[in-house]
Amino acid sequence: MQFMLLFSRRGKLRLQKWYVPLSDKEKKKITRELVQTVLARKPKMCSFLEWRDLKIVYRRYASLYFCCAIEDQDNELITLEIIHRYVELLDKCFGSVCELDIFNFEKAYFILDEFLLGGEVQETSKKNVLKAIEQADLLQEEAETPRSVLEEIGLT
Amino acid sequence: MSDIVERTLTALPGLFLQSQPGGGPAAAKTPFSSRLGGLVRGVTALSSKHEEEKLIQQELSSLKATVSAPTTTLKMMKECMVRLMYCEMLGYDASFGYIHAIKLAQQGNLLEKRVGYLAVSLFLHESHELLLLLVNTVVKDLQSTNLVEVCMALTIVSQIFPREMIPAVLPLIEDKLQHSKEIIRRKAVLALYKFHLIAPNQVQHIHIKFRKALCDRDVGVMAASLHIYLRMIKENSSGYKDLTGSFVTILKQVVGGKLPVDFNYHSVPAPWLQIQLLRILGLLGKDDQRTSELMYDVLDESLRRAELNHNVTYAILFECVHTVYSIYPKSELLEKAAKCIGKFVLSPKINLKYLGLKALTCVVQQDPSLALQHQMTIIECLDHPDPIIKRETLELLYRITNSQNVTVIVQKMLEYLHQSKEEYIIVNLVGKIAELAEKYAPDNVWFIQTMNAVFSVGGDVMHPDIPSNFLRLLAEGFDDEMEEQQLRLYAVQSYLSLLDMENVFYPQKFLQVMSWVLGEYSYLLDTEKPEDVIKRLYKLLMSDSISSETKAWLIAAVTKLTAQAQASDTVERVIQEFTVSLDTCIRQHTFELKHLRENVEVMKSLLPVNKSCEDMVVDASLSFLDGYVAEGLSQGAAPYKPHHQRQEEKLSQEKVLNFEPYGLSFSSSGFTGRQSPAGISLGSDISGNSAEAGLKETNSLKLEGVKKLWGKEGYLPQKESAAGDGAEAPPLPPEVSPSENIDQAAAKRTQAQVLAPSKEEKEKQLLASSLFVGLGSESTVSLLGKPDVISHKFRRKSKVKAAKSGEAASTHNLTCSSLNSLSHVAYEENDYLTALQDGEDTESKDLPLGPELSDSESLSELPLAEKVSDCSLSALSLFADSDMEIFQPPSSAAASLTRDIASASCFLEETAGDMCSGRMEVCSDETVSVSSYKLWKDDCLLMVWSVTSKSGSQLKGADLDIFPAQNFKISEQRGCCLPVMEAGSTKNFQYSLQMEKPFTEENLSGFVNYQMVDTHSVQLEFSVNLSLLDFIRPLKISTEDFGKLWLSFANDVKQNIKISEPQAALPSALKMLQQKLRLHVVDIQGNEGLLACRLLPSTSSLLHCRVHADGLALWFRSSCPALPDYLSYQCQKVMMVGPGI
Repeated sequence: MQFMLLFSRRGKLRLQKWYVPLSDKEKKKITRELVQTVLARKPKMCSFLEWRDLKIVYRRYASLYFCCAIEDQDNELITLEIIHRYVELLDKCFGSVCELDIFNFEKAYFILDEFLLGGEVQETSKKNVLKAIEQADLLQEEAETPRSVLEEIGLT
Repeated sequence: MSDIVERTLTALPGLFLQSQPGGGPAAAKTPFSSRLGGLVRGVTALSSKHEEEKLIQQELSSLKATVSAPTTTLKMMKECMVRLMYCEMLGYDASFGYIHAIKLAQQGNLLEKRVGYLAVSLFLHESHELLLLLVNTVVKDLQSTNLVEVCMALTIVSQIFPREMIPAVLPLIEDKLQHSKEIIRRKAVLALYKFHLIAPNQVQHIHIKFRKALCDRDVGVMAASLHIYLRMIKENSSGYKDLTGSFVTILKQVVGGKLPVDFNYHSVPAPWLQIQLLRILGLLGKDDQRTSELMYDVLDESLRRAELNHNVTYAILFECVHTVYSIYPKSELLEKAAKCIGKFVLSPKINLKYLGLKALTCVVQQDPSLALQHQMTIIECLDHPDPIIKRETLELLYRITNSQNVTVIVQKMLEYLHQSKEEYIIVNLVGKIAELAEKYAPDNVWFIQTMNAVFSVGGDVMHPDIPSNFLRLLAEGFDDEMEEQQLRLYAVQSYLSLLDMENVFYPQKFLQVMSWVLGEYSYLLDTEKPEDVIKRLYKLLMSDSISSETKAWLIAAVTKLTAQAQASDTVERVIQEFTVSLDTCIRQHTFELKHLRENVEVMKSLLPVNKSCEDMVVDASLSFLDGYVAEGLSQGAAPYKPHHQRQEEKLSQEKVLNFEPYGLSFSSSGFTGRQSPAGISLGSDISGNSAEAGLKETNSLKLEGVKKLWGKEGYLPQKESAAGDGAEAPPLPPEVSPSENIDQAAAKRTQAQVLAPSKEEKEKQLLASSLFVGLGSESTVSLLGKPDVISHKFRRKSKVKAAKSGEAASTHNLTCSSLNSLSHVAYEENDYLTALQDGEDTESKDLPLGPELSDSESLSELPLAEKVSDCSLSALSLFADSDMEIFQPPSSAAASLTRDIASASCFLEETAGDMCSGRMEVCSDETVSVSSYKLWKDDCLLMVWSVTSKSGSQLKGADLDIFPAQNFKISEQRGCCLPVMEAGSTKNFQYSLQMEKPFTEENLSGFVNYQMVDTHSVQLEFSVNLSLLDFIRPLKISTEDFGKLWLSFANDVKQNIKISEPQAALPSALKMLQQKLRLHVVDIQGNEGLLACRLLPSTSSLLHCRVHADGLALWFRSSCPALPDYLSYQCQKVMMVGPGI
């Protein structure tokens, strides 16, 4: 996978992850063009797009668009399922994906990084992904608690 | 280094504070947790871009103050980073926060560290310089006892990591492959995958560990290793054929539901894993019947199992179909796969329909009948409201185009083209139309009109080959003289009528094509005089919308026509107008025109009619200027210096410190005067065709390329069908337009058609019959190859063919003679061998070799040089050292050993100057032992295998065979089968190897067959490992040549190696590289050394070493992209272990 974009129906970007090195200018240009193209598509149309030399696979969940760029020889259908699996994972962690939990913007990234790494599917078992996230969260909370106590009593 | 970084990081906030007082502390006091929510809500609520920008800028300046304030805690910093990530996502610059992200990853607690790492992965890219500051943190976290920290470090490494720092973490990550936690092992595998992508040579030594990961008890780790295998097999499938069985077994288990239920996705077992495996199998089985046979069963099962009506089963089916069609075909499977494609194509779901079309496009060349089966669906898709479906359909049609359906298909493509706005689509489609038009054009009119459409729409974005191919076709003509003239005439007429239309603008490229054609072929017109054409060109010249490049083309055309026209007022006006042009190029052309007009004879001989393909004889040395130059020199003028020499001199004067290591080599090259061909100025080349010469000057013009292609030697006809096709596609009268033509064709078929249900249906049927004509059984189609039914209307002229065949004949002769000489050599060698096998006085033959070897200069550059001279003095000593342990024949075979050695030294002798490796036993059983060694010959690698019989009994018909390998060209050096092997005797087999495709390490395997007198034949398999180093040879060049080559190579790699006492180390380091890597030392100047080598057969690579305070800076350059990486790796290896440094 080359990159993944999440944007709202109004064209606001919600999350972006790039797996290929591109300059900021190129990223901006691609994002702008793609958001426009995808938003202009009608609901009954095919979920795939040929865009320059890439394939774009996109799917809409409520008001949120998930959009992945893959190479021509990659499997489009399984990419749709990657999107779906990510949505399932987000659902499990947040309750509802339709408006990404904006207070936990970074957590959406952590979940993505546990599922896809460097553009490839890292773990296909939902249970394992969730376990990895929970484990990290748990350890973090433990590590955080004493620190905030110290802060409160003014020791830091 | 870590100390320095830490100090830098702690000092930073203070620095920022000094430059930015105020703002910080106040902002820091506000509660942070709600800030991002507020920001997001604020941004969402805003309606205009302008307001958003204002808000974000405000936010950014407050963030800037906060992050640089010394009172900001890490916890606050974490919040800041999240907000910075958000701002950056919206497209605003947050680069001031990058350094703080790195700091957070380094200093924060787990939660903060995690955000820091995330921010780094989002903010920075692979080659960002700040990324280097992260390396120490990563190293530290990789060694942490906390699993979460290790996970975080592995995650960041798998996403971005500076390529040159890989050695710093590689051993740590390799260790993680043995970690007890599967999540760590999995992430480590993915990190190594990332390294394989960005620096494949650095991880090649751990390939064996990847195999372990493939066998990991955890499914996740195994699945992760498949990413690496897919990539490696894509690069070189032959190296992994032995794993086919494992992949098939894994897939069988997955399909059979043997994996834990966690890996099910909507009750389908591990779909991602299945797809990955199917792709790997497709690559492994390609063109390989034996490997393909292993996977037929599991593919059949996969096709059968995937029945559930869910998207994900379709994904698997699609991959299955793809695999079935890419491996060696099996008819049963193909039938099933074809049925699957049918399911896709006929599905009401649009996504599946799209994939059906995609699958058809892939397989239609193997099986055109599939397209016939689905023709009605394809017709429907052609008018589908979704442009993506339409485009995929056109792609499919493009693949099935033949001379009978070309007009309809091209018309459909043109329709789509007129609706498209995206440049990428236009370029792509225009290229395809032009290709089809040239390949299958039924007649001249259609061809010119189609090309007109291509030029008008494709215009300035299309590939430059299109106009140049078109012009080449017109200029070179084809077999039929009449047709050729008619095509040119029609082109001229068509362009004149296009130019007569008012208020129509054509792309510049199209106008350039027009002006060239009008200039060359207007003479064919009966009705109009050259003067009339010149008038039209003049009108264009005066138009504002014409670029100066096009103007140059136009003036060139006017010049050509002036030679044919007598007196013309228009030309007069052109001259008046443009001799004062501000554009020097145009002004020069006009002056040329002006002066040529004064001498009609010269002009006519310079610009002959219809001679564009003939080469002009040009005095390239400009000898006619000699008198002028001599006069100038005698009056004290400075001699001419070519451009690069002038530049060099300027540089060497300007700079005190010369940072260009090879700069000075040029000043000694001594180019003076006009010796350099590059120094000839085209502008003054008065004896050339001025129009052509002038055109060359306008920089992006393609005529230069066109001209070259026309040259007799440069042009290659693309594909020529043997059958004459004039009969197949009779030209239609020029009045008939393409659309009428289609109608006619369609109408003919309607007569044959029975009862069509509705009018619409009928139209579709009509279209179908015109689209799929020629796809049926009459076209010859082979299952394996592409159908080869190409018929060209425009067959290239036969003179080109004749020239080609002449060339071919001479090559043939060449091959013959070289073959002759080869066999001659082989014959001599054979004699040698017989002499040796007599076993007489081999020692005396060897002895004279000694001095010859030891004073041979080339030998000193090769490794093991000492060994060879040793062995020539006393043959036994070759095996006296290390090799003896490996090669241990039983004592009864002592005699054979001596003989063996003798023959080995015989090879050494015949290849005096070449190097050989120590002998290694590659396989053995109780009767024979097979050993091999490598001879690094100057032009190839010679592998010698010796089959030695150990026992007393007789062996019959020993034979040795090497399995074909993809990356090598293997040729046997002599006949190798002896009818009966005498007991205890040795038989040698020689194979010369050439590298076909660069690789880093490869196995070459083969087998030995022999027969005992009383038993059946026995087969022994063996394999040897070859590395790229076996194909590296010294490249002996001068320092000047080195400098020139250096500048011409584009691929480079720099590497720093730490060594102690660097000042003293250069000579020994160079010596080491010379011996171990076979590099040639070109020159040593002070603390710099130049080395060169070539990769057989002829890829060269250069190395520049410079000694500095704490090490050796290596700088590689080569014409081959992979070579510098590989050499740098090898150098590092040699230097690290090298003694004496």
